Amino acid sequence: MAVLVIAEHDNASLNDATRAAVTAGKALGGDIHVLVAGKNAGPAAEAASKLDGVAKVLHAESDHLEKRLAEAMETLVLSIADGYDAILTPATTGGKNFMPRIAAKLDVAQISDITAVESADTFVRPIYAGNAMMTVKSSDAKKVITVRPTTFEKVGDGGSASVETIDAPAPAASSQFVGEELSKSDRPELASAKIVISGGRGMGNGENFAIIEKVADKLNAAVGASRAAVDAGFVPNDYQVGQTGKVVAPELYIAVGISGAIQHLAGMKDSKVIVAINKDEEAPIFSVADYGLVADLFTAVPELEAELGKVGY
Amino acid sequence: MKILVPVKRVVDYNVKVRVKPDQTGVDLANVKMSMNPFCEIAVEEAIRMKEKGVAEEIVAVSIGPAQAQETIRTALAMGADRGIHVTTDQTVEPLAVAKILAKVVEEESPELVILGKQAIDDDSNATGQMLAALLGWPQATFASEVEKDGDGFKVTREIDGGLQTIKVSSPAIITTDLRLNEPRYASLPNIMKAKRKPIDAKTPEDFGVDIAPRLEVLKVTEPPKREAGVKVESVAELVDKLKNEAGVI
Repeated sequence: MAVLVIAEHDNASLNDATRAAVTAGKALGGDIHVLVAGKNAGPAAEAASKLDGVAKVLHAESDHLEKRLAEAMETLVLSIADGYDAILTPATTGGKNFMPRIAAKLDVAQISDITAVESADTFVRPIYAGNAMMTVKSSDAKKVITVRPTTFEKVGDGGSASVETIDAPAPAASSQFVGEELSKSDRPELASAKIVISGGRGMGNGENFAIIEKVADKLNAAVGASRAAVDAGFVPNDYQVGQTGKVVAPELYIAVGISGAIQHLAGMKDSKVIVAINKDEEAPIFSVADYGLVADLFTAVPELEAELGKVGY
Repeated sequence: MKILVPVKRVVDYNVKVRVKPDQTGVDLANVKMSMNPFCEIAVEEAIRMKEKGVAEEIVAVSIGPAQAQETIRTALAMGADRGIHVTTDQTVEPLAVAKILAKVVEEESPELVILGKQAIDDDSNATGQMLAALLGWPQATFASEVEKDGDGFKVTREIDGGLQTIKVSSPAIITTDLRLNEPRYASLPNIMKAKRKPIDAKTPEDFGVDIAPRLEVLKVTEPPKREAGVKVESVAELVDKLKNEAGVI
């Protein structure tokens, strides 16, 4: 059994989601190789070589791999797919974009967004936005899998795998990168933060998110939002936690002014501890919250900031 | 330009689904079914392109049981020109759907296939990308803005860290994200008119596609339930519990 994990990274550093995919790969058994495809991706390849349990890192360098667009990733992965029984990548927007192309060309079903590995051919994945869990057994010779990063432990460092440079064939069909607008923030990334504080429609407007940000800065937390807050234009869409946004599972999730629509719960209900602050005591968010505070958020959130200050934050 | 829009009939997004006690699936008896919301966005985007004079014809295609025809009628009532219904009562996985669609594309030669990024029933998020690979076409997934650009399309995509803009040459696959547009409601006169629009009936066998599933469903279960916790009286009590009881700060 040989397992290929396709790394998620930004060339300069390895994304933590890759560590979760390696854990899922280990559960399949066999040697684990990690593919780092990019441009000037040496640092990411080096980080991958230190992952615990990784036997080898394959490093492909090319201009057309800089943004890891789907067509280029398809061509590259297919060029090495023969040697592997299973190919995994994190179910980030990057992995979700290119992975099904690889499955289709290999004529296998993709097993999307797995949350558990039962055996080398049996996996658990959420359907209906996490309202049901489906256990599937794959009859395909090669398994092509995307891994939900929040449900697997992240492997630590401790390995010292060799890094092998491989060729990056030019893709046939191709999309062209034009530009990107990435949200700049000194806060931790939403998907991997240990603490997340999110605002909903109850925030009223985008300026009011400032009170949440102050708490986030004290706790070194990421800031998220419900779909209602994003649709209302309070914050950009990449803040969105939920079925159609990001799925998060931090140690502590603080929902502020969020009613708790099914669509939002699907994105955060696996958090270890959930806190809800809402003035409507009937809000569904309280049914999943470990600690609920029925209060006006405009009083409670600044008070939270002050109380955190008293305990050393 | 001709646009092909695949649409899927799914459990309405407002329905809270229930897992069957025998764990064979979710209960679909007497449940309201509708067009997958991401597919509605795809139909809307195609119609807007037609209204702008960028597209001439919109063909809606659905693969599924007899009732999938209603979903095609919905697309026709919104403004699609004609439909193709590939009838089957079997479960069709994304790979098989992509294979059938690839055959439809061969027959219809559209310059653009626009489809939802995922269906809200099985949440696979794979069909569009698979179709692109089978056809050897470029793809622009998770689109939040689409613009005709020369002989191709300029597409803004929703990615984890923000937004990315790419160009794809035509023919291409675009998959829709939530914020691309707000789909219109069909007006009564358009619903009446849609009844006279043609729908071609086909089967997977007509296209010579083997739709046998590759994934065997062993069981479908309820997700682990989360119990409601306690209500705290004050912010001070909340901070105390987080620090001393839960130990998360």
